[in-house]
Amino acid sequence: MNDTPMIRTRGLSKAFGPLKVLRELDLDIPAGQVVSIIGPSGSGKSTLLRLLMTLERPDAGTTEIAGEPFLAAGAGCVPVPESEVRRIRLKIGMVFQHFNLFPHMTALRNVMEAPLHVAKLSPAEARQRAEETLVSVGLGDKLDAWPAQLSGGQKQRVAIARALAMRPQIMLFDEITSALDPELVGGILDLLRGLANAGETTMLIVTHQMRFARQSSDRILFFDQGVVLEDTDPETMFTNPSHARTRAFLDAVLGAD
Amino acid sequence: MNGRGLWDWGFALEILHERLIPALGVTVLATVGGMAIALVLGLVVTLMRRSRNRIVSRTAGFLIEFVRSTPLLIQIYFVFYALPQILPFLGDGRLSPMMTGVVALGIHYSSYTSEVYRAGIENISRGQWESATALGFSASDTWLRIILPQAIPPIIPALGNYLVAMFKDTPMLSTITVLELLYTAKDIGSESFRYNEAFTLVGVLFLALSLLSAAAIRFTERKLAVAR
Repeated sequence: MNDTPMIRTRGLSKAFGPLKVLRELDLDIPAGQVVSIIGPSGSGKSTLLRLLMTLERPDAGTTEIAGEPFLAAGAGCVPVPESEVRRIRLKIGMVFQHFNLFPHMTALRNVMEAPLHVAKLSPAEARQRAEETLVSVGLGDKLDAWPAQLSGGQKQRVAIARALAMRPQIMLFDEITSALDPELVGGILDLLRGLANAGETTMLIVTHQMRFARQSSDRILFFDQGVVLEDTDPETMFTNPSHARTRAFLDAVLGAD
Repeated sequence: MNGRGLWDWGFALEILHERLIPALGVTVLATVGGMAIALVLGLVVTLMRRSRNRIVSRTAGFLIEFVRSTPLLIQIYFVFYALPQILPFLGDGRLSPMMTGVVALGIHYSSYTSEVYRAGIENISRGQWESATALGFSASDTWLRIILPQAIPPIIPALGNYLVAMFKDTPMLSTITVLELLYTAKDIGSESFRYNEAFTLVGVLFLALSLLSAAAIRFTERKLAVAR
């Protein structure tokens, strides 16, 4: 059972019209691994996360979560019942670039809403869990604040707490620092580092923060034109990548740093 | 003029008290009932239009277009006169004039309220839907807890405007013998041959309630602006 990867994709493909965003992706991610996904925009990084979160549906291929069939599309595959998809999806949480907080709820309410109505905790339990989670992301003093009263960094902390409060086994982070003012990026990355070091959650992090990817991940995937061009440990990725394309990309982003 | 001049205060107060205020009650009741139907039916039709099932969404779209493109008066006549002939098995179960009027107003205005709902819902960003999915909310929870609580407050003023418009359309119910303000005023006129007091008072009552509603809408708008 320990050999079963937390995420396994086979032949996962997605196109938007004529544009093939993801081409037959085969990927195994063990439980607890922290994976950074880098690459030029439009290379399919975010699409992979959105497929795993079922925000998009694949055109072909399969995905298993902890050994259970989750996504299946294309010729000859057995479709997964929607009830199964909904059940397994609860193991996955996602944080978005633009926070997507619920503006009509306080920070506390944003975080406790899913534990209360999806996980069906009692109001007292949901509230306690939400408070603890908000405290853990450093927002113990903002429980009753409205999203409109929070800074970008604080909003993103609420969004992270909101996803964590459902205790997912897998967390997907989709460019979560890209919409932040530069001085707020560090705090969010520290928070991510803490999560990564705790080692309990399998993390997929789409990011442009190269230093973070290098220091804090177990493994880095370099996406280019819908395929994983490079799949290696951080040191090899940055010191000795095997593809010229990877080297060119890294030179370009690191040069701009 | 019956030797009482153009305006007789005693007569005016008498008909106001005994006839017009009760008739105003009927008018208000028809408006409230019609609006209740329009609010619920409009939302249902809006949700149908968003259905992934093409037949459901097309049917809803067609119904809205049809109802909005035909006059309210014809719809009232149709429900009152034609429907019992088309569906004779209804027999004595046919609706009272008042119920007919309320249903016809509700159906007619649901075609407008559904457009208002649609605009409100389309204003909610895709990220809100995606967050709800990512957190595992069911479809009904997504609508009730995430989407509608955000979509409805901004459209309350627009819905309020249709409430006032419907209120001013209620005199059409006089044509199917509902004892609302206009019908009552005509009755008073034909009984007493004094039309001036009755119709003037009816106009004043409509004016007063319309202004009151408009003020209530503005108040709500300001409240909502503060709350955001």
